[in-house]
Amino acid sequence: MIRDITIGQYYPADSSLHRLDPRVKFIGTFLFLISLFVADSFWGYLLATCFLGGIILLSKVPVKFMVKGLKPLFIILLITVLFNLFLIPGKEIWSLGFLTITVEGVQQAVKIGIRLIYLVMGSSVMTLTTTPNQLTDGLERILRPLNKIKVPVHEISMMMSIALRFIPILMEETDKIMKAQIARGADFESGNLIQKAKNMIPLLVPLFISAFRRADDLAMAMEARCYHGGDHRTQMKPLIYERKDYVAYGIVLIYLAADILIRIFL
Amino acid sequence: MSLKLEHVTYTYNPGSAYETHALKDVSLEIPQGQFVGVIGHTGSGKSTLTQHFNGLMRPTSGTVYYNDEDIWQEGYSLKRLRSHVGLVFQYPEHQLFEADVLSDVCFGPKNQGLSQEEARERARTALIQVGLKEKYFSSSPFELSGGQKRRVAIAGVLAMEPDVLILDEPTAGLDPKGRDEILDQIAYLHQERKITVILVSHSMEDIARYVERILVMNQGEKAFDGTPKEVFAHYKELEAMGLAAPQITYIMHALRENGLAADTSAITVEEARDSILKALGRGEK
Amino acid sequence: MKTIWKSGDIPVENTEKKTYRKVCRLKQKTMEIIKARKLKYDYLKYDDNGQASESYTAVEEIDLDIQPGQFISILGHNGSGKSTLAKHMNALLIPTEGTIWVDGMDTAMEPELWKIRQKAGMVFQNPDNQIIGTVVEEDVGFGPENLGIPTEGIWSRVNKSLEAVGMTPFRHRSPNKLSGGQKQRVAIAGVMAMHPKCIIMDEPTAMLDPNGRKEVLEAVHELNKKEGITVILITHYMEEVIDSDRVFVMDQGHIVMQGTPREIFSRVEELKAYRLDVPQVTLLAYELKKAGIPLPDGILTTKELVDALCH
Repeated sequence: MIRDITIGQYYPADSSLHRLDPRVKFIGTFLFLISLFVADSFWGYLLATCFLGGIILLSKVPVKFMVKGLKPLFIILLITVLFNLFLIPGKEIWSLGFLTITVEGVQQAVKIGIRLIYLVMGSSVMTLTTTPNQLTDGLERILRPLNKIKVPVHEISMMMSIALRFIPILMEETDKIMKAQIARGADFESGNLIQKAKNMIPLLVPLFISAFRRADDLAMAMEARCYHGGDHRTQMKPLIYERKDYVAYGIVLIYLAADILIRIFL
Repeated sequence: MSLKLEHVTYTYNPGSAYETHALKDVSLEIPQGQFVGVIGHTGSGKSTLTQHFNGLMRPTSGTVYYNDEDIWQEGYSLKRLRSHVGLVFQYPEHQLFEADVLSDVCFGPKNQGLSQEEARERARTALIQVGLKEKYFSSSPFELSGGQKRRVAIAGVLAMEPDVLILDEPTAGLDPKGRDEILDQIAYLHQERKITVILVSHSMEDIARYVERILVMNQGEKAFDGTPKEVFAHYKELEAMGLAAPQITYIMHALRENGLAADTSAITVEEARDSILKALGRGEK
Repeated sequence: MKTIWKSGDIPVENTEKKTYRKVCRLKQKTMEIIKARKLKYDYLKYDDNGQASESYTAVEEIDLDIQPGQFISILGHNGSGKSTLAKHMNALLIPTEGTIWVDGMDTAMEPELWKIRQKAGMVFQNPDNQIIGTVVEEDVGFGPENLGIPTEGIWSRVNKSLEAVGMTPFRHRSPNKLSGGQKQRVAIAGVMAMHPKCIIMDEPTAMLDPNGRKEVLEAVHELNKKEGITVILITHYMEEVIDSDRVFVMDQGHIVMQGTPREIFSRVEELKAYRLDVPQVTLLAYELKKAGIPLPDGILTTKELVDALCH
């Protein structure tokens, strides 16, 4: 199931979205997330749906792939929706014992559900169409002003990109160690919470050791390839805004403006 | 007592666009006490196959039997199966986690429900069997050398006293001496304890030297199944699968082509030497 | 935990490092691409207070002379010190005693550090732990980026390097989707893009299957022949050293044998004593010779054996 998470995965394709400057996608995603909280009516959500649908179509990432990414979040989604469904006071429409469903509850639950799903899908579109390296490059550029107040922006972005590269490797490793311990009779499923946590030790210790060993190896490999921080470093793919990027900014801004107008006038 | 697969197929992502068959209609039986080698290039289904033997993977279709019992039938204890069929993964030293060697090896036996004393006893026996010196029993596994760690990890499975021992490339990354030591140790265990050994390896030379039967996997299917001599006689077909025969096979064929009556079925250095000596008329002394 | 090893299997981090890096510029005028004299390296073990409590000599009395353009192999069992020696060749470790020069530069001299690492590239054992980029071409560009090469320069280097190892068709792939042999070829391309004079390969094939091993070896031999890159290959697969110009055998931190592959492989018993082996054909020839068949020493290929036996 862990493998199904699509956030942080890159889907190679040649779409206009893939070719956009990562800064545009970053800021665009951020604005889209804001828009989700601005939208509060049917029309607002309809607009967001159209926008997201359009973006997904543009990205050439199969919709199936996106939906699969939601699976691991299903539990969180369910809990959030149920909380809203049952705990919002208002006009009662159904009740059983201490559980009551209200009109407001249903509305709120639907809204929260949609927001969460769109939020995840919106951010997935960004990560699916942007290589982690571009993503961190973009972030580095956006955050560069923070350098002035001594925030190690380059180092942070380098750490992020390495983390992204190693997540799939560590996932696979987790799987392997887990199987190896199961073969030795380990039990990761039964028992109470404390028991379960204790049973995780044979998985977690080797995993940490492996992560440290990898970190060590990687540090050495980077040093061997003359990595010495962000100073004097050039870029293979420097970020330069092109016309299509300005157009994209324009579209996102129009969308956001429309969203706000709907909120105010409808 | 035997391990048996009947028409086992394993499919990744069935029904989707990514559908791939890791195993295709594999049927085989391994009687108790055999020393079997499994070869095949990366992605041929070897690992998937081994994980079906101890119930770590469930066939998409087909049946896996251990001692004539379907291991996926209702109520069958997979945990018990795994104490009979031990699996040593590739780079097994990566699963060590305890503070000292002995406790780590005790992990398996303890999971089998043995008492502290029994588990320790089993662990000691296993560690001695893999040839680890007693002075290392209380050291941290992380302070040992690569070869020693490997032994500890193998002991971790041996201590469960399995009837079947599956090893996935137990010698990967070891130096020649370390490789020979481990394989000799395994061959010795096979002889002494009469356990079934299933050895997955990329080294045809090792396979030729130790096993009595070879299973060749290719694209999820069982391509060959026979004695090393039978299988390596198909060296041309093996090459087409991205595999090879031991170097000796090539030497013997080359000698024969050049007019020396060498026995082309020889697969180890000793056999080759004897056959060449005979062909040259020097015979056994 | 009683003691703390600083990193890796054996503790690294020589605290003396800084003091040994002489700041003066002492350029050695030599022809050798790598030259070592009386090189010694001690690993230190630290106790709870961070004090060096024990030291362990990993390599000692190493004298090396490697000419540009050569293909060198270093053989040795696990723990024989061959990796430690390799790490000296691009200043990842600085000798405790003695000196090592890379292209005439003393590795103990701080100002030369990045020049040395650019001249002597390194490929490591685990293909996963040395690829930094999430896309093949970006990883190859990592080195040139660090060197401060302008963008167009990076692209031409990346293109050329990928071509040289035959990985151009995979340039937009994720490294995670490649086979072991392909990953190692990417790592080699990453080093090549820095325009080094020599490549040090620290057991690059240990984690690969036979096909991957062949792939990597072919790529390296090609670079050695076509680009004239000096190659230093560290391995314990005997078949891989047959085509080398020179072989060094290490044991317990010392160089115990050196010579051409033929010279080395004619000493079967000695190699076995060092926990090593010989290729099967060599072993067979050796066994036949022991049984009284007149054969030359150090037969390395099937063809040589067939010629010797059938003519």
